[in-house]
Amino acid sequence: AAAESSDSEEEDLVSYGTALQPLQEGERIKKPVPLQEQTVKDAKGRYQRFHGAFTGGFSAGYFNTVGTKEGWTPSAFVSSRQKRADRTILGPEDFMDEEDLSEFGIAPKDITTTDDFASKAKDRIKEKARQIAGVVAAIPGTTAFDDLIGPSKITVGVELLRKMGWKEGQGIGPRVKRKPRRQKPDPAVKVYGCALPPGLSEGSEDEEDEYQPENVTFAPKDVMPVDLTPKENVHGLGYKGLDPSQALFGVSGRQHLNLFTGGSEDTSNLLGDLRHSKGRKLGITGQAFGVGALEEEDDDIYATETLSKYDTVLKDEEPGDGLYGWTAPKQYKSKKRSEREVKYIGKILDGFFLASKSSTPSKIYPPPDLPRNYRPVHYFRPVIAAGNENCCLQKALEESTGKIGSDTTQQSRHALNASQRREQLGETGLKGPAPSVLEYLSEKDRERLKEVKQASEQQMKAKILPQQSRNSRFQPASPDDASHKWQMLLGGQLANAGSSDFKPFARNPEKQKRYESFVRCLKQGEKDTLEHYLDPSMTEWERGREQEEFFRAAMFYKSSNSTLSSRFTRAKYEDDVDKVEVPRDQENDIDDKETAVKMKMFGKLTRDKFEWHPEKLLCKRFNVPDPYPDSSIVGLPKVKRDKYSVFNFLTLPEPTTSVTQATNENIQQNNSLNKAKKPSRWDVSDKEKEKKDSISEFISLARSKADVQQQPPVSATEECGTGPSETLPTEVTNEDKDQEEESRPSMDLFKAIFVSSSDEKSSSSEEESDEEQQPTSSGIDSETTKQADLPDSSSFNVQGKIVATSTDPGVSLSPTSKQELDATEEFGPKLPPAFSSGRFCRLLAYKFCTLNRKEKHRKHREKHKTKREHKHKKEKKKKHKKQKNKGKNKNKKSEKDSSSDTADSSDSLSDIDTTGLSPKELLRR
Amino acid sequence: GSIDSTVRCWDCRSRRPDPVQVLDEAKDGVSSVKVSDHEILSGSVDGRVRRYDLRAGQLYSDYIGSPITSVCFSKDGQCALAASLDSTLRLLDKETGELLGEYTGHRSTAYRLDCVLSEQDTHVGSASEDGNVYFWDLVEGSLALSLAVGRSVVQSLSFHPTLPCLLAATERHVQLWREETFQPEGDAA
Repeated sequence: AAAESSDSEEEDLVSYGTALQPLQEGERIKKPVPLQEQTVKDAKGRYQRFHGAFTGGFSAGYFNTVGTKEGWTPSAFVSSRQKRADRTILGPEDFMDEEDLSEFGIAPKDITTTDDFASKAKDRIKEKARQIAGVVAAIPGTTAFDDLIGPSKITVGVELLRKMGWKEGQGIGPRVKRKPRRQKPDPAVKVYGCALPPGLSEGSEDEEDEYQPENVTFAPKDVMPVDLTPKENVHGLGYKGLDPSQALFGVSGRQHLNLFTGGSEDTSNLLGDLRHSKGRKLGITGQAFGVGALEEEDDDIYATETLSKYDTVLKDEEPGDGLYGWTAPKQYKSKKRSEREVKYIGKILDGFFLASKSSTPSKIYPPPDLPRNYRPVHYFRPVIAAGNENCCLQKALEESTGKIGSDTTQQSRHALNASQRREQLGETGLKGPAPSVLEYLSEKDRERLKEVKQASEQQMKAKILPQQSRNSRFQPASPDDASHKWQMLLGGQLANAGSSDFKPFARNPEKQKRYESFVRCLKQGEKDTLEHYLDPSMTEWERGREQEEFFRAAMFYKSSNSTLSSRFTRAKYEDDVDKVEVPRDQENDIDDKETAVKMKMFGKLTRDKFEWHPEKLLCKRFNVPDPYPDSSIVGLPKVKRDKYSVFNFLTLPEPTTSVTQATNENIQQNNSLNKAKKPSRWDVSDKEKEKKDSISEFISLARSKADVQQQPPVSATEECGTGPSETLPTEVTNEDKDQEEESRPSMDLFKAIFVSSSDEKSSSSEEESDEEQQPTSSGIDSETTKQADLPDSSSFNVQGKIVATSTDPGVSLSPTSKQELDATEEFGPKLPPAFSSGRFCRLLAYKFCTLNRKEKHRKHREKHKTKREHKHKKEKKKKHKKQKNKGKNKNKKSEKDSSSDTADSSDSLSDIDTTGLSPKELLRR
Repeated sequence: GSIDSTVRCWDCRSRRPDPVQVLDEAKDGVSSVKVSDHEILSGSVDGRVRRYDLRAGQLYSDYIGSPITSVCFSKDGQCALAASLDSTLRLLDKETGELLGEYTGHRSTAYRLDCVLSEQDTHVGSASEDGNVYFWDLVEGSLALSLAVGRSVVQSLSFHPTLPCLLAATERHVQLWREETFQPEGDAA
C-alpha cells in the first residue's frame, strides 16, 4: 500500500489491509492452516487450550484437573530412620501456575505498604466498624479489650510529628505566647464539662492555664477538626440508639444520670484521638425511641433512683423558688421558656448553638373593625334592564338602596354602547376613515332611503297624532318642546354627530350646510336659534319638516356612523367582480299589490309572470315536453348585474313575459329583445320605484291635508283606500265601487284613444295646456318630456325646476312615468314590443282619458278641475300651503291664477319633493 | 312544500336522495302544494300562490296578501282555489290571476285549514276553526251548507275526486260524509 501511495498517479487511491506477497514463479499457493491446527502456546511453550463457551478462559492443569494426563500422582512416602519424611505444608501457591504469581496473575507478588505505613483514614473506618461490632456484639463492650490488647498503630505522619516534638493534644504550628486567660466556661459548656472524666485534656489544660510561666511559649491549641462524617441513617438529628450499657448494666449506679455522655463522646470522636476513646466504654447512649418535637423527655427511669425525683406530696401549687427541673408544671415551664437562652436545658445537637438573641415575636395585627351596622348576610341586588318602563322601578330601588339619583348618568354598563364605554375607559377612538355608510350607497339609493324614512315618519306621525291640530305638527311653533324632546333623545351623543364627516345631505350641499350648522347649534343647546339655520326662503311647514328631519338624521347617525366607519375601511382595490348574479325577474313590490288586493283587483296587478325553466327530468316525469330544450338554466333565469346597483333592489315587470302564448322561439326572441332594451327600461323602472316609495308619504300628506282642510270629499278621494291603513273605510268602499266600474275600460275605447293620440305631442305643450284641455288631446309622451322641456326651461322659471326635478330621480316627474309604467303593466302585452315609445304615448293618452272621466265623475273636485291627477294633488298641496298664509306662495298663486297650472304643479313638486302618484291612485281611476 | 320556503321535487324512480329541482321562489314557508298533470301549485305563507307551469315554462305568482293555508286546482283545471288566513277563500282564474269568487263566513285565522272543491266543481268547501265545514256555491258565492263536523277545529278536509264524498278530520275523529246527507242540501243549493 505504501508503494502504491508513493505513486503519483494513484495517490488518490485508498487501500486497506495488507497486500499479499507477490507470488514467486512456480510457487504454489499456500494452503490455509486448518482450524484444528491453530494452537495457542503460552510463554513457556505449553499449549493453551481455550476454555469456556465464550470466553477466552484457559484451562488449568490438564483439562482443569491436576497434573498431567495421567492424573495426580502422590509423591511416594519415603521414611527411614535417618531420613524422616518431612511434612510439607502445601499452600495455594503449590497448586497455582507460575504465571498466576506473576505481576498480572491471580496472586501477584509485589511490594505493598504495610499497615504500619498505611493511611490512618483506613484505620478510622476500621475503628468505626469495630465500634459497631461492639454494639452489635452479644456482650457489648468486649471489643474494647481488643483495642486494649491490639498493637497501637501510629501512622507515619504522627510518628514523624512526634519525632519533631509534637505531642498529642497540641496544635500544629509554631509555638505561640499565650496570655494567661482564664477560660470562663459557658454555662452550657459547664454542663458539658462536668460530665467529662476528670483526667481529660480539658482539665489538664485548665490546670496549665492556672500557673502560667511568663517566658514560655505554648503550642497552638489543637484545632478541632470538623466532623465530616455524613449522616447515613434515617434517624432524626442527634438521635442515638439505646445504650445497653447504660440501660442494663450498672453504669447508672456509678454515674449519676450522665445525660451528656453522648456529648463527650462526640468531642472525643472529633478529636480523632483513639487513645482517648479507648479509655471509656464504647456503645451508644440515648433513648430508645427518641423524643418527638412536642413531647417532653421522659425521665430516665433506670438512671434516677433517688426519691427526690418523685413527688411525695400532691399539691396544686409548687414551691415558690421556681426550680423544678424537667418536671416543672407547664405554666412554670412556659414561664421559663421566655428566658430561653439561660434556662434552656437539654441536648444541643452538634453544630448547633443556642441563639444569643431571641427571635422577635411576629407581630400580630388585629382584624379590622367592622362597621357598626354591618350584617354578615349577602343579598343579591335585582338586576333591572334600563328600559323606559323600568326606569321608575330602578329609581325606586336606587333610592331604597341609598344612592338617590346621584349617579343617574352612570347607567349600567350593559346599557352603554361601545363609544360610551370607550369614553369611560379613556381609550382613543379607532382611527380610520370615517365615511358614512350612506356614502357607499348610490345617490339614488340614498335618496330613496331618505324618502322612505320621511314617509314612515310622516305616517307614524299621522297615526300618533291624528287629532292634534296642524299647528302642533307642521309648524315649528313648537320648536321648543320639539327640540327639547330631541335633545333629550340625543343626549350627549350629539357631539359625535356633527364632528364626524357624516353628510346625510351631501347631495344637497346647501341643505348639508344647514344641517351642520343646525347640529352645531343644537349641541350648544340654543333651541331658539335653531330656526335661523333653516332656509328662510322656505315655508314654515317645510322648515318644520326639515328641522324634524335634521333631528332625526342627527340621532340616527350619531353612533352607528362613527362606530361603523371606524370598523370598516374602504376597499383598497376595486372589486373586479362588481357584478352579481341576481334573479332576472323578481316579484314586484307588494305595496301596490296590497292595495290591489284590498280593492279586489286581482289579475294583472297581483300577478307576476316569470320565465321559469323546469328541470329536464321533471319535465320527463310530468310527461311534458321541455319548454326550453336548449337552455341549461334551471329555475328562474339569472342575470349579471351591478352589485351595487339600485336595480337589484327594484323589481320591474317584464314586458316580454306578458307575451305569453308565444312559442318557445318567440319567447326567446322576446327575451333577447328585452335584454337589448334594458337600460331604458330600467330608467323608467327606477323612477317608478321612487314613486312607489313616495306614495305612502303622499298619502300621509293628503291625510294631513284632509285634517286641515275640512273637506271630506277631497280627503276621501285622496285617501281612497290606497293607503295601507284604512282610515276611512266607508268612503273607500264607495270609491271602490266606482273604481270597479271604471277600472276596466272597454277595449274599443282604448283603441280609439290609441288611434287618436299623436306621438309627437310634447310634454311641454301638455304642461301648458289649460284646464279645458280635452282628454284626447292630452296625449303626452313621458319619454319626450325631459327633452322637450329643455328648450322651454330657460324661458320659464318653473319649468327649469321641472327639468331639474326630472333629472333628479327622487323628485322626478313621477306621475307621468308612473302612469306610463302602470299602463305598461296593464296594456303592454297587447302591443308589439318593438314600439315602446309609441305605446307609452298611447297609454298615457288612455290614462288621461280615464282620468278625465274620473274627474267628471267626481263632483267634489275643486273649481279648477284639472284633468290630470297629479295636478289635482299638487293643487291640494298648494291649498294647504295657502291656508298657512305663507307669503312665499303668493307669486305662485298668481301664477296659478294666470292659469299656468304647470308652474304650480311643478313648483309644488319641487317644494315638496317626492310627491308622486301611486299606482293605486291610477287603479282607482 | 317545506317550511324552509321551498318546494322540492323528487324523482321517485331514482334512488337519489336529492331533489330533482328545488323551487325556492317562495319568501316564506310553503303551506300547500298541489300538482296537476303539468303544473305545480304552491301556496306560501308569504301570501302568494305560485303556479309553475312546466309545459309553458312559466311561473305565475299571484299575490293574495294573507298567508295561504291551502290551495287546490279545480277539476276543470281552469281555476285555482286559495284559502288564506284572513278567513277567505279565493277562486282565481288560473291563466290571468283574476279573482273569480270570494267565499267568506268560516273562520280561519290560525290553523292551516284545507279547502276543497266538490267533485263537479259546483261547490267550494273549507274547513273552519269553529268545527264546521262550510260549502259555498262556486258561482254565486253564497253559503250553501255548513256542516257541523265537530266542536273544535276541523284539521283536515278532502273531497273525493269523483264521488260526492267528504272526508273530515277533527278531534280524534275522521268522518266520512256521503251524499245521503250531503247531496240533498248541496245539490239544492
